[in-house]
This record gives sequence, structure tokens and C-alpha cells, in this order.
Amino acid sequence: MKEHIDQTIKLSPEILNHVREWKDKPGNLIMILHKVQEEYGYVPREAALKLTELLDIPLAKVYGVLTFYHLFKLKKPGKYPIQVCMGTACYLKGGEDIIRELENLLGIGVNQISEDGLFSIEAVRCIGCCGLAPVMTIGGEVFGKVKREQLAEILARFKE
Amino acid sequence: MPYNHYILVSGDSESSLNRRNELISFFEKEIAGQNLTDDVQVVSTIDTSACGMEGPFIKILPENIYIHNLTPEKVRSIVQEHLAKGIPPEGTGTEADKQFRIVLRNCGVIDPERIEDYILRDGYSALEKVIFDMTPEQVIDEIRKSGLRGRGGAGFPTGLKWSFTKEASSDQKYVVCNADEGDPGAYMDRSTLEGDPHSVLEAMAIAGCAVGADTGYIYIRAEYPLAIKRLELAIKQATELGLLGDNILGSGFSFNIEIRYGAGAFVCGEETALLASLEGERGTPKPRPPFPAVKGLWGKPTVVNNVETFANIPVVILKGSSWFSSIGSEKSKGTKVFAVTGKVKNSGLVEVPMGTPLRDIIFSISGGIRDNKKFKAVQTGGPSGGVIPEQFLDTPIDYDNLTAIGSMMGSGGMIVMDEDDCMVDVNKFYLQFSVDESCGKCAPCRIGGRELLTYLEKISGGQGELEDIEKMKRIGKAMQKASLCALGQTTSNPIQSALKYFYNEYEDHIVHKKCTAGKCVSLLKFIIITDKCVKCGVCKRVCPVSAISGDRDSGFLIDQSKCIKCGLCREKCKFEAINKG
Repeated sequence: MKEHIDQTIKLSPEILNHVREWKDKPGNLIMILHKVQEEYGYVPREAALKLTELLDIPLAKVYGVLTFYHLFKLKKPGKYPIQVCMGTACYLKGGEDIIRELENLLGIGVNQISEDGLFSIEAVRCIGCCGLAPVMTIGGEVFGKVKREQLAEILARFKE
Repeated sequence: MPYNHYILVSGDSESSLNRRNELISFFEKEIAGQNLTDDVQVVSTIDTSACGMEGPFIKILPENIYIHNLTPEKVRSIVQEHLAKGIPPEGTGTEADKQFRIVLRNCGVIDPERIEDYILRDGYSALEKVIFDMTPEQVIDEIRKSGLRGRGGAGFPTGLKWSFTKEASSDQKYVVCNADEGDPGAYMDRSTLEGDPHSVLEAMAIAGCAVGADTGYIYIRAEYPLAIKRLELAIKQATELGLLGDNILGSGFSFNIEIRYGAGAFVCGEETALLASLEGERGTPKPRPPFPAVKGLWGKPTVVNNVETFANIPVVILKGSSWFSSIGSEKSKGTKVFAVTGKVKNSGLVEVPMGTPLRDIIFSISGGIRDNKKFKAVQTGGPSGGVIPEQFLDTPIDYDNLTAIGSMMGSGGMIVMDEDDCMVDVNKFYLQFSVDESCGKCAPCRIGGRELLTYLEKISGGQGELEDIEKMKRIGKAMQKASLCALGQTTSNPIQSALKYFYNEYEDHIVHKKCTAGKCVSLLKFIIITDKCVKCGVCKRVCPVSAISGDRDSGFLIDQSKCIKCGLCREKCKFEAINKG
């Protein structure tokens, strides 16, 4: 099957600068992929292809790294990605209930995007505020000691 | 010029940043209004000892008083009554006596974004001493005599590690700081880096001077943006003052530090995997030997220590090895920082001398169990450690004692569990974690972990058989012996320890198909207690799968075959007429 890949994608000047800055440093790939993901929210296949040209490395190497690390995403997340912490403290204090309620409210499962493209749910590793368990973040904003009943209201704030 | 009072404004790092800034400007305005600007300094900081407190809170020094739930009126009264007139404010002095701070000596006391604050508290004078007054041999000897052991988990003597790298001959050597804190439920290193970044930079330069390295890397989780920002700022400030970079303090010794991000892989806490990741590859471990101390980053001799180990170094150098080794137990010297979380009243970071009994940490410092529940167990060492039951609460904590009772020191996560926690469920949680994080390179870990998890799911799903226990023990042993790195070698630890101390719970699940804690959903049953039921019908209305039948005359009944055990009926019943068991 022939894949349809948009070869015309243009990497932003910021990414290109970053690539230039890191190009000659050994062990640069992870740092460069972080930059790409920072801009797109994930690493588009077209961007990965462009990197193979810029860095002169095979695509297999880029995907080898991309698929090894949890943080790198290959699919586009929602506008407000929801990350529910599943560290031990959050798990013991009901992190799973939070996920289940979010799934109910949004009608999607973990690692899926809501139909309006606004939200995506993700279960993540300990984000290091165990004192505030259970914790979730929406679009980077941290919500601590979350209760199931508050979720609908919190989501509504982002929908506005 | 020193001030008479310091107001340290803290809060959990990222969540309360905006409110914290508001509070600071409000304080500053009030203080200016009372003409106290030269008398009082307001500092934004990270106080780690009271992490469980909600929202921003303050600590007033030198009075050492904590105040939270701050309102504009409260701020005004603190400034007008206390700072201006000296009337003691209302607050709590919670600095627990049993704590002893070496690693966290500056956290919550200095402004981590000002190098001057760090220098005022003897910052970088250890580095100066090492460069000008000590030979590399003396430095390593001092570290060795101090008895400092690696705080990342395994407890390898730090001085010995450094001496290997020093003795290895090479044109290039490296110092690497492992800040890839992956243990779920632990945040000691994040707090140290956010609260006192310079202490780690100084220690890395000391290590560089001792082993003959001119380059250091900090491998840090990308999930710690504030720590990264503060480290970047700290490196910039130290370089500007000539305390890092080329030709430090005119001595001819150069040391540069770069930051590299992790990307979310627990196995990268293992040093060979970490180095692979630093090299930009997939973070899979390699067989040891050769150890990184001899053949590490890009094949060059490399010292790898974790954040907490480094944070100890300047103190060891300044106060001397005999001072340091006078703290702690016979074989474990100094202090250990723990992140105490789970079902305790005060979650937070605790730094205690090695040899402190678990009971002191959980019951005195952290305030005991929440909601008057009963203590069940504490897990140390994260997914690689084990559960410790009540009978061992008086064990003095050190590397060897924890290993002897089937757990391990680990990096410092301490998860406290109460009667509502089910051991099978907790084991399942850790196994799920280890299986997700197995890099897949070696078969014992890749396949063994998956097998163990399958058995646990079978048991918590009510399908367990007694012979499964023996099988799990055998798989666990094989993984311990045959896995390539510590991740696989320790994956079965939580299960082994739970089987040792909580065998009856496994038995309950397997023989009686019962989960006393009510966590294993498949074994749960919701039943309406007819004596308490007032036949209001709320349960029937809220049931999402229409599993409840009946009417207001005859009462209601839950159809167990339809019930999905969501617990909504029980939650909504105002008369506590639905039993979960």
C-alpha cells in the first residue's frame, strides 16, 4: 500500500533553528523530537521524515526512539489534553475513578479524542505532586485533590 | 544586608504559582505601607515539608511559624501586628523535631532563583575548597570515609564509584546526574532541584574535579518543567560568576554542565539505560560489567549519581567525613529523604537520619493514618520494593534492614496503605507498571512480568487457584536470577513480600472469592439491606445499566448478573441501605 504523505510540510523557523543548534551535538535526537512535539502536540510522520533528511539518519532510527518513549505521541491530541496521574498515591486515592468519570462525561476512552476535538484523555505516570492526589492536568493546568463530582464543572470551563 | 524577618511564600510547585505571586505582591504592598521594606524580605520558594497543605502558605523566619489559608485580612494583620509591633502571629510551628536536614538544607529557606542566597549559605565554598585546598585523592578519600552510599536505590558506596572513574585512564570523562525520578509516588529529586538547584551543580563540579572530568550532563524528566527552568537559570548564574564553565575561579579547572531531557521511560533510571538515552538511543540497559564508571557515556569513564547523592556532597566536603559519618546507622550514614504519601494525614517530604524507625516517620512526622483508619502496610522502594507490615514498624530504616525484611530502600518513595487497600490490587498496580515499563530487551522480564500480571488478574477476577501462588513464586525467582537489569530482577518483589506477609489476603481471594478491602471489583457484591431501605427508588433511577428492579411497594432488588459494580446506587443512597462486600 502506498502511503500518502504530505511532503510539503514546512517545519517552523523555531524548529529549524533548534535543529541547527543541536545538529552537531551527539545524542541530539531526543532533544529535537521534544521540540517538534512541543510545537505540534505530537510528532507528525511528515515532520519525522523531514528530520531524517536534516539529520541524515534513517526513519527507522527516528521511529525506534519515538516508539520507545511514552512521552512521544504519534497521534494528534485534543486541544486540551487531559492527563490523569496514575502514580501510586493517585491510584490509591481514586485516580481510576477520575478516568472512568471522564470517559463517561466525554464519551471517549483513554487515548481517544472527543468528537469536537477539544479533549483527549491520557493516563500518565506520576507527575510528582503526590501531596495533592488525585491529580489531573488539563491543557497544562494542574487540578489537585479532584473529586468526581467536580469534573463536569471543570470540563465546562474549558468548553467556553 | 540581612533582614530581620523573612516571609517565605510557598505552595505546591506549579498549581499555585499565580496565587503565590498575587500573595507576594500583596505582602510587599502592605510591608511598604508600614515602611518595613528594609526590615522584611518576601521570598518565593518551595517548601517541601508541608506539601499536603492546600494552596499557597507562608513560613515566617526566624520565628519558624507556618500560616496557611491566607486572606487579605490575615496578611494585613501579620504585617501590622506581628512585623510592625512584634505580637506573635497565630500559626503552627510544624518543623518536626525528628527531621534532620542535609539534602533539603536550603529548600524552602533560600530563593532558588538567586545564586546570592545560595552563596550566603556557604554555597560553592565546598567547590572552592576542593579546587584550591584538596587533591583529587583527598576528595575521594573524604567521600569514602563519610560512608555516603548512592541514594538512587542500590546504595553503592559513592567514594568507591568515583575512585573507579578516577583510576580509569581516558582522554575524556563525564559526570552524569540522574534526575530521571521515575518511581511513581516519589518526588524528592524534583523538590531538591526546584528548591536548591545550585547544590547539585556544585556537587557535579566537585565530582568533575575529583575524577578528572570537564563535562557534566543532567538527565532530567521532561515532566519537570519548573526544575528544568531553575536548573537552566542556575547554570547561567553560576557561569556568569565564574563558578562553572571554563577556568573556574581562575584555577584552570573547567567544568560545563548541559541539561538533557528524558522522555518518559522508567527503565532509564537504570544507569546503562540512562546513558543509552543520553546518547539519543532507545533506553535499553546493557549487561554490566563493564560498569559506566569505567566504560560509560560514549564509551568513556562516567560517574553516574542521582540528585540526592549529589546534594549531600558539598556538606560532606565542608563539614568533613567524620561529622557526616556520625549521623545515621552503623552501615548507612547520613540522612534519607522520603516522599511519604498515600493514606497519611500529612503527605510530604521527610528527611531523617538513617536508622530512624518507620513508626516515627509515619506516625509522628506524617501524623499517622487519615480518617482514623487502621494502618495496614507501607511500601518502600516503589515497584521494585516490597510491603512492610505493622510488625516491622519499629525497624530502624537503613539499606540493609529494609533488604532483610523483603523490601528495599529504593529512591525514597514511601506509600502508606490502610485497611481499605487490597494487597492483590496494589500488587496488580505495580506489576502493570513494571510490565508497561519493561523495555523488552531480555526475555525473563518481558515474558515473566506479563505472566505474573496474568495470574494477578486471574486472582483478582475471582478465577484464581491455589497452585497459581507457587507458579508466581517460581516465575519471580527466575526473573530475579535471569533478568538483565534491576527492573526485571525486582519486578516480583512486591508480590513476594505480599505473599510473605499477607498470604491470608491472597487466600481470601482464591479460596473464599472475597476481597475484604472491596477493591477487586469482580469479587464485589452490592446488596440492598431491606431493614434499612425506605423504598425511595433512587437506586433504581441512578443505575446506569438498569440492574435494579422492583417498585416503591414491594421494594427493590439488584440483579447480580447485570450489575457492573459501579457503586453509584450505594453512593446515592441516603440511608446507607446498600451493602458492599
